[in-house]
Amino acid sequence: MVETGHFALVLAFALSLVQMLVPLVGARTGNQRLMAVGGPVTVTGFALTALSFVALTSAYAGSDFSVANVWENSHSLQPMIYKITGTWGNHEGSMLLWVLILTFFGALVAVFGNNLPATLKANVLAVQGMIGAAFFLFILTTSNPFTRLNPAPVEGRDLNPVLQDLGLAIHPPLLYLGYVGFSVCFSFSVAALIEGRIDASWARWVRPWTLVAWMFLTGGIAMGSYWAYYELGWGGFWFWDPVENASFMPWLAGTALLHSAIVMEKRSALKIWTLLLAILTFSLSLLGTFLVRSGVLTSVHAFATDPARGVFILCILTLFIGGSLALFALRASTLTAGGLFHPISREGALVLNNLFLTTATATVLVGTLYPLALEALTGGKISVGAPFFDLTFGPLMVPLLAIVPFGPLLAWKRGDVIAASQRLMAAFALALAAMLVTGLFIDGASVFAALGVGLAVWLVAGALTDLAVKSGVGSVAPAVMLRRFAGLPRSVFGTALAHLGLGLTLLGIVATLCFGTEKILTMRPGETVELSGHTLRFEGIFPQKGPNFTEDRARFRLIGADGNAYGEISSAKRFFQARQMATTESGIRTIGLSQLYLSLGDENNDGSVVVRLWWKPLVTLIWGGGLVMMAGAAMSLADRRLRVGAPARRRKPAAALASPT
Amino acid sequence: MTRKQKRLSVIVAGLAFLAAAAGLTFYALGQKASYFYMPAELTTASLQPGQRIRLGGLVENGTVVRGNGATVAFSVTDTQKSVKVTYTGILPDLFREGQGVITEGAFGSDGVFVADSVLAKHDERYMPKEVADGLKAKGVWVESKSQ
Repeated sequence: MVETGHFALVLAFALSLVQMLVPLVGARTGNQRLMAVGGPVTVTGFALTALSFVALTSAYAGSDFSVANVWENSHSLQPMIYKITGTWGNHEGSMLLWVLILTFFGALVAVFGNNLPATLKANVLAVQGMIGAAFFLFILTTSNPFTRLNPAPVEGRDLNPVLQDLGLAIHPPLLYLGYVGFSVCFSFSVAALIEGRIDASWARWVRPWTLVAWMFLTGGIAMGSYWAYYELGWGGFWFWDPVENASFMPWLAGTALLHSAIVMEKRSALKIWTLLLAILTFSLSLLGTFLVRSGVLTSVHAFATDPARGVFILCILTLFIGGSLALFALRASTLTAGGLFHPISREGALVLNNLFLTTATATVLVGTLYPLALEALTGGKISVGAPFFDLTFGPLMVPLLAIVPFGPLLAWKRGDVIAASQRLMAAFALALAAMLVTGLFIDGASVFAALGVGLAVWLVAGALTDLAVKSGVGSVAPAVMLRRFAGLPRSVFGTALAHLGLGLTLLGIVATLCFGTEKILTMRPGETVELSGHTLRFEGIFPQKGPNFTEDRARFRLIGADGNAYGEISSAKRFFQARQMATTESGIRTIGLSQLYLSLGDENNDGSVVVRLWWKPLVTLIWGGGLVMMAGAAMSLADRRLRVGAPARRRKPAAALASPT
Repeated sequence: MTRKQKRLSVIVAGLAFLAAAAGLTFYALGQKASYFYMPAELTTASLQPGQRIRLGGLVENGTVVRGNGATVAFSVTDTQKSVKVTYTGILPDLFREGQGVITEGAFGSDGVFVADSVLAKHDERYMPKEVADGLKAKGVWVESKSQ
């Protein structure tokens, strides 16, 4: 089975070479038969990659330690879920997951792209083939997961204990679906540049792909943030760590792309800019892959450092970013410019959004790469952390968030700010009230906290105002209003949900940062501690045994005002024998939308234990807002108008379907 | 406005944004980036009082003092010089004597480094990259062949 997997991977590489060359030549020479090769080859390539992935997964599930990769990252005593997720809990396996998703998206284009112009489809598949070929070659030459060991060891070395968590089952697949999803937008852009023209079907295809990729990337980042929050035991949800920034930059650029693609689809303006953004977004995804996979950064994500890998990925990076930007420079002038619009208009608002988001992406890029560049050039070692990003990223985000509610209320072509402002009066009043209440009635609230809460309420109320205005609240009879509300395009709900989710995330961040409390103390069994109205009693430390670890679990009881316990929190120090490594499992109890978070330190000689306790008000909104944003993207994808260009179920000409809507 | 003027205004607005962001970025890099030092490098470094730095090295054997509440005292050494560090909080699981750490914080007026975060992020050799590089440069630490 393992050799079958290896062989399938080699075949998939060979097919990717066919996929990148034959359709391209076919599109150049106008040869229908050569172009038609692209589809079947892409689908077969995906099937072979999937076979290869299944082979590796089954080696993991069956604890086949004759495979070096399994031996290094698995253990026979691990629960089955971690055996399976361990497949991508290492460098080689995660790269295999990467190409699996890449070929999956390629196959989707091949299967559902029948209504695309033949040359466009051929070129898109060829570009996907190029990306695939580069990464297949990377895996086969530097990161082969199928290397055998002889003689086979009896027991594996265990998966890194930090990764033995449900988060590994969710975070990497979601993140890769996002990262790699942007490859389709990239391929469409490069294909358009190769052809020298952008037609209507291009715009109709790029937006749904952007939505899909953005939705998964949002989920991947939110899940990664929550995982780091509960796993690392530091109580933080975002550290501005280079590895986090690596996923955040494509998200910011992808958000900009999402918005400019709307302008392009609706008004056929900003074409060239959208095309450039699509290239940049995927370039940032590649940069992220490079930063995380090459070992230039030390983090939980850098599984092993091998200089050859770093150089190889750097070559891929240079080739694709340099190549696509060079092509852009050569060909962009041949593309026709789009329609005209007034600065005060929906288009204008979206352009402003793009300015803010791309500039913000640039500041994150500088903050992430500057320390690496400085070290390479001068050897000086600096760290750029939260203070830097607070000062650069923060000021860019505040005005952007403040104008978000205006965008959906402005008309296309020529908007009316005064009319939009009048409609937003209620939302503004609500935000102002929230600001005043926060500032005046909550102890210890700073000006920043009040402004932050106000801004978050403004975003939420603004999103709801958009829905209210569009369903005619206050101007038509309730029955008509309900009918209008139900009849609103799904994409309007999508926009409102996404903006609402943004507001919720902001509210969670502001509340946690400004009103969170913490205590560090030493406790002996029987002692109690009080934090923000919650009383905890330390019950003691109890040793336990897990499948592949032992742990000392410290139990705490939540004591109510009447002296009775109403809940329990426990935190543990785990010790994994195979790796001789200790981890701390934090204890979390969710109370409403807030959380009580507890982390365990070392035991002192006198039997007391260091305990760090946090009260994190509304903290769950940070990730809950991410889920709402995902729901918004899903809602937009369900919009009837997108079904025309996206996976088309009915084989009718696109124009015939597009006209009634 | 004509198409040309419109394009120009977008470009000017874009450049203004970039200029503002670039200004902020350079200012922030000057003010907010924290430099990495090993103990022996501190004698030549000119530190402002209260300036945040990252101090890396090995936790000197036999210097870890616990039991003063949640505050821990230890020394960080690069085998040439050592610096006293205090930290209040929970030490990472990988913190132990004789192994590499990075602490972040500032020097107090008594010359003791007050850390507000202690990192023992590691590769397979239990050594933060910066510390390993620093020790290699001093010839103290030789790459083991076991990996």
